[in-house]
Amino acid sequence: MSSYQLDLLSGLGINILLALSVYCPMATGQLSIGNAGFMAIGAYVSAILTVHFHFSLFPALIIGGFIAGVIGVLVGFPALRLKGIFLAMATLGFGEIVRNFFMNFLKPLTGGAYGFRGIGNIPLSISWIWGWVVFFLLFFFFLSRSRVGLVMMATHDDETVSELIGIHIVLLKVSAFGLGAFTAGVAGGLYAHYYLYIEPEFFNVWESIHMVLYVIMGGMLTFWGGVLGAGIFTLLPEFLRFLKDWRGAFFGILIIGLMIARPSGLITREMLRISFWMPYRKGVKL
Amino acid sequence: MKEAPLLTLNKVSKAFGGLLAVNDLNLDVSKGYIYGLIGPNGAGKTTVFNLITGVYPCTSGSILLDGVNLTSLKPYRIARLGISRTFQTIRLFPNMTTWEHVLIGQNFLSQSKIGGILPIRKTEKMSLRAQAQEALRLLGLWEARERKAVTLPYGSQRKVEIARALAARPKLLLLDEPTAGMNVRETEEVLSALSKIHEFGITILVIEHAMRVVMGICDHIFVLNFGQKIAEGTPAEIRKNEGVLEAYLGKGE
Repeated sequence: MSSYQLDLLSGLGINILLALSVYCPMATGQLSIGNAGFMAIGAYVSAILTVHFHFSLFPALIIGGFIAGVIGVLVGFPALRLKGIFLAMATLGFGEIVRNFFMNFLKPLTGGAYGFRGIGNIPLSISWIWGWVVFFLLFFFFLSRSRVGLVMMATHDDETVSELIGIHIVLLKVSAFGLGAFTAGVAGGLYAHYYLYIEPEFFNVWESIHMVLYVIMGGMLTFWGGVLGAGIFTLLPEFLRFLKDWRGAFFGILIIGLMIARPSGLITREMLRISFWMPYRKGVKL
Repeated sequence: MKEAPLLTLNKVSKAFGGLLAVNDLNLDVSKGYIYGLIGPNGAGKTTVFNLITGVYPCTSGSILLDGVNLTSLKPYRIARLGISRTFQTIRLFPNMTTWEHVLIGQNFLSQSKIGGILPIRKTEKMSLRAQAQEALRLLGLWEARERKAVTLPYGSQRKVEIARALAARPKLLLLDEPTAGMNVRETEEVLSALSKIHEFGITILVIEHAMRVVMGICDHIFVLNFGQKIAEGTPAEIRKNEGVLEAYLGKGE
């Protein structure tokens, strides 16, 4: 494979993880436009650990993801009081706080706005990235088939009723927010150690919006939707290179067209039902 | 009805601003009977359900289930203690099949650790599935199990709500107008399901406007008007009660 193809595949893997990080809170009805912030935390924490404290990559990634997850839980609690567009605004603000933090603080460690150089002590191969992708895909696959997956969908559909049938929605929503943040943090760590250079500007609002678009376009009701959306967003612009200057405009039109044709995303739960892995069908036959 | 009550409302009041929706209400519900809660529109019946299930906190008074004080508990805790309900306006999950509605009704019954991510034992799973199947068959929904619940006819949607509540194996089942909008045949089906549920030993408290239904199935009836209990007793007693007639029809000249 050429290095161009390798770069593309690595970017795809990271984008799939980022899509899952947005899908997870969204599956419980929470829209986060601040996941670039969690990604930044994972990227900076893991890079600081490997560069300045000579950690090996695996523990650095885990710690980076874990710290992002803990901060996600802390953000998740006040976020419980907000819904819809208000939650989106609050998480957007959070993302900006994180970006500005790494712009202005910890400069001796991270270089601030000049960027964090010299992460390259550890070579990161593409199989590292895809190993994590496979792990998270398996995790979300089993989660979606479990009772928790069903409980998440119930909470997404109707919180009041969910609580009245015995679901602890505070615990569920905060966990989902934290799990999403952990996923974004791991993706950030992989990003830093694949591209070997990060700067706060990488983790701006536009990056967060991209992640949300993956999920909205691919389909919000199943994690496969985010995976497909990430695939389209990463690969399709490459196939449209022949359009030259019109590439961006054409891509924009394509998004609008898709939203008109399939407002709930490309993959819906009905499509998965038909397929062999339909959850719970096996259980019906006693 | 001499045994210790399953549910007790002790001087419960609920004010919305200046409006006293429920006023100094005392109810005793004993195990194993079907109770009716009736009254004119706006009498506070649904508010009583919302107080029992913790949707609203009581302004004053206390609510006890089997001696446990529910007054300051969150709705999910109250549900796990054994109170399930249905809703006056149907509230189903738009993305779920009928079968999934029954499974979600059982969500807190499994013994799995870490909130249900780890698989549960096969025997337990089978017994939960059997219970879910039983709930569906009881309400005649087995054939519709694979269909999205919101695409079913109106009467069947109400039955899905009852099946979802029943799947939690509650001690007390609160039904808010279970036969509203149903045709005669559907009403009969629900009534026969209710009498079977009753045979399982589940206590039922039902809000209902159709007097034929209330008088037909209830062992004991509470009558509410303007948030206060104006009468209680057997259907025969209620039928003769002048205060009740007055509340429904107005004072005669």
